[in-house]
Amino acid sequence: MNETILKFQDKVKPQFFPKHQQAIYKRLETKHSTVEIDDSDPLGTEMVLNIGPQHPATHGVLRVVTQLEGETIVKCVLDVGYLHRGIEKLAEYKTFQEFMPYTDRMDYLSPYSNNVALCLAVEKLVGIEVPERAQYIRTIACELARISAHNLWLGTMLMDAGAVSMFMYTFREREKIYDIFDKLAGVRFTVSHCRVGGIQFDMTDEVAKMISDFIDNFLKELDGWHKFIDRNPIWINRNLNVGHVSKEEAIALGFTGPNLRASGVPHDIRKAEPYLVYPAMDFSIPTRTEGDCLARYFVRIEEMEQSAKIIKQCLQKIPKGIIRADNAKQTYISKEEIYYSMEGLIHDFMMVDVGVMPPKGAEVYHAIEAPKGELGFYIYSDGTGTPWRLKIKSPSLSNLQVLEKMMEGSMVSDTVVLIGSIDPVMGEADK
Amino acid sequence: MLFNLNALITLELLLPITLTFVFIAIYALLGVYAERKIAAFIQDRVGPDEVGYKGTLQTFADILKLLQKEIIVPDSADKILFWLAPILIFASVFAGFAVLPFMHSEYYVNINLALLWVMTIVSIDVIGIIMAGWASNNKYSLYGSMRAVSQMIAYEIPLGFAILGVAVIYGTLNINQIITMQSIEGYTWGLWNTKNYGGFFLWSIFQHPHLLLIFLIFFTAGIAECNRAPFDIPEAESELIAGFHIEYSGFAFATIMLAEYANMLIISLLSVIMFFGGWNSPLPNLGNFFLYHWTNGGLFWSSFWLLTKSFLLIFIMMWIRWSWPRFRADQLLQFSWKVLLPASLTLVIFSVLWKLWLHP
Repeated sequence: MNETILKFQDKVKPQFFPKHQQAIYKRLETKHSTVEIDDSDPLGTEMVLNIGPQHPATHGVLRVVTQLEGETIVKCVLDVGYLHRGIEKLAEYKTFQEFMPYTDRMDYLSPYSNNVALCLAVEKLVGIEVPERAQYIRTIACELARISAHNLWLGTMLMDAGAVSMFMYTFREREKIYDIFDKLAGVRFTVSHCRVGGIQFDMTDEVAKMISDFIDNFLKELDGWHKFIDRNPIWINRNLNVGHVSKEEAIALGFTGPNLRASGVPHDIRKAEPYLVYPAMDFSIPTRTEGDCLARYFVRIEEMEQSAKIIKQCLQKIPKGIIRADNAKQTYISKEEIYYSMEGLIHDFMMVDVGVMPPKGAEVYHAIEAPKGELGFYIYSDGTGTPWRLKIKSPSLSNLQVLEKMMEGSMVSDTVVLIGSIDPVMGEADK
Repeated sequence: MLFNLNALITLELLLPITLTFVFIAIYALLGVYAERKIAAFIQDRVGPDEVGYKGTLQTFADILKLLQKEIIVPDSADKILFWLAPILIFASVFAGFAVLPFMHSEYYVNINLALLWVMTIVSIDVIGIIMAGWASNNKYSLYGSMRAVSQMIAYEIPLGFAILGVAVIYGTLNINQIITMQSIEGYTWGLWNTKNYGGFFLWSIFQHPHLLLIFLIFFTAGIAECNRAPFDIPEAESELIAGFHIEYSGFAFATIMLAEYANMLIISLLSVIMFFGGWNSPLPNLGNFFLYHWTNGGLFWSSFWLLTKSFLLIFIMMWIRWSWPRFRADQLLQFSWKVLLPASLTLVIFSVLWKLWLHP
């Protein structure tokens, strides 16, 4: 066994999965190799501190192994994978529709975006035309999911910083979004409302009324939050120039989504490679050039306003019509036809049994702008109803790559705002 | 005869101590309940609502639960220090109440160096915090206690200077004399001679306006002294989980919480005594309505005004706690050393000049 591992071992005594633990500590020891413990720390004043996987600030089961000198983090190593469920492998044994509930549980703060991402990838693979009304409803729901996810980020980030009340305010608003999803999809949390080729239920007028009421009220709430947080000196001091990531670093290390835009790269897939009905919408991309935690805060909170703007436009423009493609080989058939026609019953049986079948050897990559960033599905088909390989490009994982760089040199108190400002969801990062 | 005398003396010592302890315990029970209800109000929730009428017995039930829980001592902990720490933390705070009045001095103690005594004895609880953090043998609690020490050192000094500013003006450290000088009976000097009106016109912050700034410094440093938000970095929930008392469970934990609430009461009592007229009525005499004389003096009115004003300050502490984010450790120290300390020092010097200039 390596000498350095032994040295760390008597410091931290790993008991569970010793091999994995030793590998982590070895990485911490050999990392960058700019600072050697033996030379710089003759008195043994540097301390190894495990933050997580069970820690209130890590938003789940993220583990950060840090080497501290006083309050400063000298080195840090991330350990992800505590929530690994093998979703990509599971997908190879499911039809595309059967796989959809698994995507709900990836970024469980915005399940609708994940459903839409999967459906759009499959539709691109098979070549299905989705009716316009379904596209509008998907757009509305995606933006609602974005507001919901950003609400939770705002609440938890401020709670981590110490302002607990904000958490309750944002959750009150999220509760209304859950009620909307309950009426829209029949489920509050894990919606699975999308279908390949359309959506499950149509949006009723009641739901449309609920959504427009929510948006009007939410914009007022947002103004209040701006007054509450924006000029709070403690909040500004904790975030200003903390966790600075420059434009070049952000691109090189793989930042996506609001984090990337906070570093001065105005890249948003809704504008860059439009999907659904975003081309018809009038909205802007909030971008900041500072690249610190405060910039990330402003980008996200302004994004919520833009989402509200998009939903308003969608509600005005939404046309009447069917909500699933009118092709029984490609999508689920309506319930009436199942009950009253033999062919309908057979088609429905086939859809449930084998699902939609892409051509052999077809492959596709389609990404959407999820609340956390670029969420992409790569699918390779072997001609059956199940994918031969399904790879998920999850934004949380790419965002977490930057955390090590941001943490090194910052204070222990900063870890909470740093993790909060990156906004990872471990269900998505670990898949 | 001798035995009886000893018994009498023991009784005379024990009775006030017991009464004070019972008072603090009841105050802490109600304080936790009030804090929960206030937090619930601020956060648009209902708060405790099930146990007793409107949840009034909730904290009582919690204390019962904590009493019957096992106090888990970690294997690698330093057992003696681990047990001693909560006792020391509470004892030091409790000792501060030896000189603090809850009512008019006719019914209570009268000590010349009362303010000094409170300052010194309450500061000992930082040693208890270090002991708790060290003895737990937990890295998080060690960090918590380390932060507690640096914070205490930083904030005791502005706190002391704030008290000094008041002591310079009134020329005494005796709590009773300070309060008497803010009443009609003992009024000696100030910016405006409003002796006939009484009430809040005689409060030190009204008679000596710069004391309002000193009060703000005292209150800020006092919140830091209690380890309450936004200065609660020793027990920062989100980063250090619970800081120095992370390993404490059962009644040891309850004791630490009791000490925190008792500390809040000390800080608000001291603020009321030094800046808001102590047990004197805040209502002034207006024409033929002698509100001051009607609502002043006596056992009931003195304790009523003293405690009401203190509880209002405690309410403000809770309000702040549920509204503001937490300071970062280094910014907290910077705030103390670079803002509070120079400001309080300047105000002390100003107090001296003020007295030389105004006092006959």
